[in-house]
Amino acid sequence: MMDDLDRRLLDEFQRGFPLDPRPYAAIAGRLGCTEGEVLERLSRLKAEGAVARVGATFRPHRVGSSTLAAMAVPEERLEGVAALVDGFEEVNHNYQRAHRLNLWFVVTAPARERVEGVMAAISRATGLEVQEFPLVRAHRLDLGFPLWN
Amino acid sequence: MSDASILDEIDRRIMLATQEGLPIVARPFAAVAEQVGIPEAEVIARFRFMQDQGIVRRVAAVPNHYRLGYTANGMTVWEVPLDVIDEAGQRLAALEYVSHCYRRPAKPPEWPYTLFAMVHAKDRAQVEARVMEMAALLGDLARSHTVLYSTKILKKTGLRIQG
Repeated sequence: MMDDLDRRLLDEFQRGFPLDPRPYAAIAGRLGCTEGEVLERLSRLKAEGAVARVGATFRPHRVGSSTLAAMAVPEERLEGVAALVDGFEEVNHNYQRAHRLNLWFVVTAPARERVEGVMAAISRATGLEVQEFPLVRAHRLDLGFPLWN
Repeated sequence: MSDASILDEIDRRIMLATQEGLPIVARPFAAVAEQVGIPEAEVIARFRFMQDQGIVRRVAAVPNHYRLGYTANGMTVWEVPLDVIDEAGQRLAALEYVSHCYRRPAKPPEWPYTLFAMVHAKDRAQVEARVMEMAALLGDLARSHTVLYSTKILKKTGLRIQG
């Protein structure tokens, strides 16, 4: 079960992880606990799946190339096409959504040519159109959101 | 638009070594430093540089929203004319429950939507309430909108770079 300290660890470090030789000690200082407790709790939260990972997220387009793509997949083929898309290591998000365009995924690669190559390969393998929705402008980048009000 | 040019081979090695996350040990940067073969202080300095340059968006303990009960995730899409899209984008981006808000090209007539805003909530009713709030906030700026609920997350990993 999660307690207040777990919740604060999750909520307050969605950005601003200390870039310090002993970051978990710095976190402990802010939360009023010990470094050992922070290490133990983060390890447990990660093992339980509440923390996806501790680390850096990169801004889209700053490292390599990425785009959002979507497909309208006939319902009876959705599982197979989704698995095929998942199989590309360049695909790092893949969601089924309730819409005619029912499969949405993000393709990321070191170079634009590879992103296009992956979309073309998916289209060839499935015989379905892959529509691209590239980022034009970010009004807000994912910086986390309050988990507990 | 890639800024990969300002990153060198050592930055790439640091990114490769940490893309699954930093180790949860007392001196995580020292562990990375040993793997990459440079001093701990240089790893930290390079992270700081990448963050200052906007290459790294955030360094964080990234929560797994699904695991924490945020099981309703709605991709809201808005038909906003380009002459008012910056205003509309700013209004939606200011909402704390909008995790990202991006402008993307419309594909008329089937897809008239130009503004995407991701909304996270505990259930669909909460997403719907938030979408109503967003619609009220945009008023005439948006001609139409819809919400695409996720029915299944197939894959979600951090950005990967190939080694």
